[in-house]
Amino acid sequence: MNKEKEFLSGNEAVAAAVALARPEVIAVYPITPQTTIVEKLAEWVANGKIQTQYLNMESEHSALSAVMGASAMGVRTFTSTSSQGLLYMSECLHYAAGGRFPIVMVNANRAVALPWSIFGDQRDSISQLESGWIQLYAENAQEALDLTLQSFAIAEHPEVMLPVMLNVDGFSLTHTYEPVHVPLAEKVNQFLPPYAPTFRMDLEHPLSLGFSAGPRDNTAFKIKQHRAQLNAEKVLEQVDRKYGEIIGRSYGGAVESYYTEDAERTIVTLGSISGLVRDVVDTLRAAGEKVGLLRLRSLRPFPAARIREALAATSRIGVLEKNVSAGYEGTVATHVRGALQTLQGRQPQVRSFTGGLSGRDISAKDIREIYADLQSDTQSTENEVHWVDPGVIYES
Amino acid sequence: MSLDLSERIAKLGFSQKELFVGHKACAGCGGTVAVRLALQTLGPRVFVGVPAGCMSAVAFLYPQMAFGVNAMISTFAGTASLLTGIRAAADAQGLRDVHVVGFSGDGGTADIGIQALSGAVERGDKIIYICYDNEAYMNTGIQSSGATPFGASTTTSPAGSVYHGNQKNKKDMFEIIAAHGIAYAATASIGYPQDYIRKVKKAAETDGTSYIHVLAPCPTGWGCATELTAELARLAVDTGLWPLQEYTAGTYAISKDLSTFKPIEEYLRVQKRYRHLLPEEIEKIVANRDHHWERIRNRLRSTAN
Repeated sequence: MNKEKEFLSGNEAVAAAVALARPEVIAVYPITPQTTIVEKLAEWVANGKIQTQYLNMESEHSALSAVMGASAMGVRTFTSTSSQGLLYMSECLHYAAGGRFPIVMVNANRAVALPWSIFGDQRDSISQLESGWIQLYAENAQEALDLTLQSFAIAEHPEVMLPVMLNVDGFSLTHTYEPVHVPLAEKVNQFLPPYAPTFRMDLEHPLSLGFSAGPRDNTAFKIKQHRAQLNAEKVLEQVDRKYGEIIGRSYGGAVESYYTEDAERTIVTLGSISGLVRDVVDTLRAAGEKVGLLRLRSLRPFPAARIREALAATSRIGVLEKNVSAGYEGTVATHVRGALQTLQGRQPQVRSFTGGLSGRDISAKDIREIYADLQSDTQSTENEVHWVDPGVIYES
Repeated sequence: MSLDLSERIAKLGFSQKELFVGHKACAGCGGTVAVRLALQTLGPRVFVGVPAGCMSAVAFLYPQMAFGVNAMISTFAGTASLLTGIRAAADAQGLRDVHVVGFSGDGGTADIGIQALSGAVERGDKIIYICYDNEAYMNTGIQSSGATPFGASTTTSPAGSVYHGNQKNKKDMFEIIAAHGIAYAATASIGYPQDYIRKVKKAAETDGTSYIHVLAPCPTGWGCATELTAELARLAVDTGLWPLQEYTAGTYAISKDLSTFKPIEEYLRVQKRYRHLLPEEIEKIVANRDHHWERIRNRLRSTAN
């Protein structure tokens, strides 16, 4: 594991990071495409490569419930899930965030039934944006590893104390093999010391946790939770810098800007499709087109100020996401539109592009067509969804 | 027996220090008695999980906390899974001689929480799961649960002209849990506190999962006088409706064998939830009871042979 470079799938990279992070309790429940993470961890537990309390639970709800109990005791915890499992956890998602339990969970993004599909898209995690979790999105296996480690540092930061959901695109990231730098354990230990909670259930100083708060006090708790989310944007940048200093890689915080400084058109996206968008941007730039990419690495906290800053030069924006909020548009597009409302003096146009549902391929050609659409002055109906290569629609 | 009650209780290793005070439960609440007695038996080195329900509603309203020990509300379905996580963390921290105990109502146990409970029992997690059974969803206003007995009127199984209260029989959680091959399971009643305390002690000493299903009358939901809680808890046992049993490492036992049953009407007639019952419905309750005891005795006979 301490070898410097390995050929790993996204899920194996996550597992390697979890092993390096040394959680005391891991609770698992199988669901595709997350499962190979916990299978790898189980193998290492079985062979004594890692020491942890590895809990085979009876549902995702129970898996998250168990890590909440463990987290309340003041130990580092990990779990992972996908899709239906994430939705089955939904009650516990809100619970964990409200309880301020710094759990780290990897969600292998997958379509949500109905229709059933094991393939990837982002409707599962985006549907849970209001659960109070920090939501990060990785682009590739290397970033999945790095962000897994960073997630523990962000979650456990005293100014944050919130659970983190790290999202990795199902199959396109979880099951795709890439060369991955695996940091040395001593470097990781330096970056991520053992979790030292301020509050935990303690025999000397007993606590009541998970309590009720009525109309008088409830809002105060929600304000504190909101502040913690806002703090997390600064903390994730600090953590990213520290990671860079110790491990040697950093990503620049909540957004990655690529040629946005002078871009007249910018494609905003998240997750594994970003690599292909970057390639298309390179090709278009080589042809003299003023196009950029803005990759969102965090949806919660939502980096509105950095988005405004990055899109200062852009007059037309396409938001490409593997998600749609039926009856409106892509949720990420709505968020970006909202972030730009406070721009002084001008209002760039935001168009919502939905593609890649249930693992449907988004090709370089599709991305060039998004750019062509952004070049077209034809006013689209406000909030209309631009469907990226939707396939055949059978009318009955 | 010249010992008075307090001496007898002290002999049980029962602490006089209250660990559950200042809650706002209804007058005559049986559930809070079950919690108090268990905590005084287990002592302060304990981590408690309580799901959404009566005990959390009466004990955890910020900033008034009624537990004197570490305690946390779990999700409604997640009592056992929360306890699993607490125990795993305690093991990881090397904490010795601590108890991880849950107090869940019958709805939280027999209905919404049965999946997590079954998982914990199957894994053999060292937790003590105590179901305080008041035979309906009392916290939400007396709705029928899987543990509501036949004939009982609740707000979702009312006594009407077509249906006379709950038409289903009470789910037998003791049998379900014992069928897992659990390390220790028992039924108890707060009307027999020494028996209950003994069982909690036994659970504390058990290596593996323990399950205690303790009958805990609810005057609010049962429609009886608040001073009848303990008496009804005894009558439920003495009429044979609530047999006190144990299952220890594969062996069943009756804690309190009965050669004769007290008349069932003594138990039913003081509760508003049963007031509508017709004679033939009471006969059915008697027949169910007799069948239950026959099964229990047959099993003991067959294992004794």
